[in-house]
Amino acid sequence: MEINGYKKEFELYSYGHGNKKQKKVQTTKKNSSLYKIKKSVSDLLDEINIQDGMTLSFHHHLRNGDYVLNMVIEEIAKRNIKDICLFTSSIFPCHEPLVEHIKKGTVTQIYAAYISGPVANAINNGLLQKPVIMHTHGGRPRIIESGEVTIDVSFIAVPTCDQKGNINGSIGKSACGSLGYAYTDAYYGKHTVVITDNLVDKLDEIHIEGQFIDSIITIDSIGDASKIVSGTTKITQNPIGLKIARLTTEVIKHSGYFRDGFSFQTGAGGTSLAVADYLKALMLQEKIKGSFASGGITGYLVDMHEKGLFEKLYDVQCFDLEAIRSIRENPNHIPISASKYANINDDCIVSDLDFVILGATEIDLDFNVNVTTTSIGEIMGGSGGHSDTAFGAKVTIIVSQLFNARIPVIKDKVICKTTPGETVDVLVTERGIAVNPKRSDLIEKLEKTNLPLMTIEELKNISDQLIGVPQDISFTNDLIGVVEYRDGTVIDFLYKRNENEEK
Amino acid sequence: MNRLRRSLLFIPGNSPGMLQNADVFDADSIIIDLEDSVSIDEKDSARCLLKELTNAISYQNVETIVRVNPFETKYYEQDIDAIKSLGIDTILLPKADIQSVKDLDKRLSLVNSRIKIMVLIETALGVEQVFNILNATPRCIGLMLGGEDLCVDLMCERSKSGEELLYARTRVVNAARALKKSVIDTPFTDTSDEEGLINDTIFAKNIGFNGKASINPRQIHTINRIFTPSIQEIKYAKRVIEANEKALKEGKGVFSLDGKMVDLPVIKRAEIIMAIAKNIGLVNMSGDNHGN
Repeated sequence: MEINGYKKEFELYSYGHGNKKQKKVQTTKKNSSLYKIKKSVSDLLDEINIQDGMTLSFHHHLRNGDYVLNMVIEEIAKRNIKDICLFTSSIFPCHEPLVEHIKKGTVTQIYAAYISGPVANAINNGLLQKPVIMHTHGGRPRIIESGEVTIDVSFIAVPTCDQKGNINGSIGKSACGSLGYAYTDAYYGKHTVVITDNLVDKLDEIHIEGQFIDSIITIDSIGDASKIVSGTTKITQNPIGLKIARLTTEVIKHSGYFRDGFSFQTGAGGTSLAVADYLKALMLQEKIKGSFASGGITGYLVDMHEKGLFEKLYDVQCFDLEAIRSIRENPNHIPISASKYANINDDCIVSDLDFVILGATEIDLDFNVNVTTTSIGEIMGGSGGHSDTAFGAKVTIIVSQLFNARIPVIKDKVICKTTPGETVDVLVTERGIAVNPKRSDLIEKLEKTNLPLMTIEELKNISDQLIGVPQDISFTNDLIGVVEYRDGTVIDFLYKRNENEEK
Repeated sequence: MNRLRRSLLFIPGNSPGMLQNADVFDADSIIIDLEDSVSIDEKDSARCLLKELTNAISYQNVETIVRVNPFETKYYEQDIDAIKSLGIDTILLPKADIQSVKDLDKRLSLVNSRIKIMVLIETALGVEQVFNILNATPRCIGLMLGGEDLCVDLMCERSKSGEELLYARTRVVNAARALKKSVIDTPFTDTSDEEGLINDTIFAKNIGFNGKASINPRQIHTINRIFTPSIQEIKYAKRVIEANEKALKEGKGVFSLDGKMVDLPVIKRAEIIMAIAKNIGLVNMSGDNHGN
């Protein structure tokens, strides 16, 4: 299959993928110039001779508060540059101005691990000329380090930077904490540009060293602080979510991996945080201490770390203000790069995980999970670290309501395979727990408890009886996206919906 | 032994989403409410919804109770007509007195219904007549105390510590126990006060209630935990029963365990604990406990 704009020779998904190692390109950059500071983005674009067809990278640590991507693309559009490829880590609703640049052909391709909001809608409507490449958080550094994609210019939004280009994400008015996704951009961009709203003389605590940075630009504000991180992340108050969290904690307890030195990762969703909260109580009760928690870090994990329940926190991005405070204050709250976090070619943290708690938009009878599209097949999300952690963790637990309103989570086949079923071990819902049949060890252990175990088919039958089976979604042959697994194999394609046929 | 009723969860009868998920919170009984949580203009639609619900959904491992409107209201008769032939287990009769219980029993008997009655004791008169109300018909399987309405009738404020309900609580427990019927405590209505819920529930258990009603699913786990025997209690009860069996074989009337004399009340209590534990799957054939 030839895909316009997607030049890579791809290997279609097959069982047993995920171990393909590639040679890592070594970084050699050592820029010790004392004249890195540039007057403006406009001046810099003139100086580096920005051209049609270039690949520009951006990270998403400023999340839905980011000003930098929009500002840079606006400047590029003014120069009538076309055919730009955006190599991003994620795209948020705040990037709505991109839609116009997509329509005008300024931007024709996007790489991202997660896309939500108007840009996702534009892609769903077929406006992006070349298919979007949905990679994973671990796949992004692999793509660059292996040389598959070359970044022409990295634009790195930074909360604090010094005169030499040394970077710290945890201080400044736009502090976002760990800058895990920016390391790749700094190490591998042909030209690397820091954009900051807090330039200081000298930094003592350095996340990324100035030798990798070519240019520094100061602007008034890199983002809206209130949207960069939440003030606090909170556990769900939904009684169904709390029940799912309680059952999940019981699965952890009886799995055989809950012992001193275990490791854990969970997201910032309400149910996932409730699991962390119940797990804390269980660890205190059973006097169990873990080795590390990883991933996006929240105040709940910080609290567990400060209570001595996890010796270390490996942090690729901070989700709330407590996490940012902790990364400044706690020596064992360690910022890590996305490569160290989840790159298959690196000695990555996810490979040492015992448990990961993940969500799902859809899960099918083979335990494949979709977190890339909605249940009607429109891009609204993406793997992020979903498939990386699912691959690495010894016990991957999906937590989800069996249905939400009239939308079921269990389908015969997922619309989009984000995370392969062979890396998913347990599905916990409010009405029962299904264990992947390949995990006979877990089934054997959990059968000794009074937990409500059933097959995923039985759970689906309950769901079907209560809310029925939704109508199939119809798609055109217009390819809008490619889903790349963490090792670069293509595990699914995304097509434009055929809304006429559904009517 | 009575059916296990540690926790009884009220669900508004006009909320399809909540009714659909009513059986997932691990309450032993769910109470579909046609009374206070349904506004006057939705009484009829709630009845229709209940009929459709019982046709479409079969709740798993849970007692289905419907709270109807009080006998003296015009909705009562319509409620009973609508539900007397549905596949529900029990009707909860609010503001119950002897006359209303007998009326409900008569209406159900006329259609040979197997639906049971639970009475809601929530008036001062109801408290004073509680023994006779419970004893009015064998169809009546127990009572629930309604603290909020009772306090209005008593002309006192409802407090978290609940001194104002002490007389009513002990009186209804005694009447129900005398007749070997279920006795359920009033809900603890501050759903954000977990400590208050724990204290109130422990108190209810300590003075003899079988269980406690709740208006919020988040409370069910705590209520169940308090009304569920602990691992230590189950293990001790098992040892008492085994020691008793051994003593009977050896022809001993009284025996000692851990240096303490074991008499009939201790054995009866052990049997009750083991029955509850078995009922909720905490004891398997070998007696091992995997409580969660």
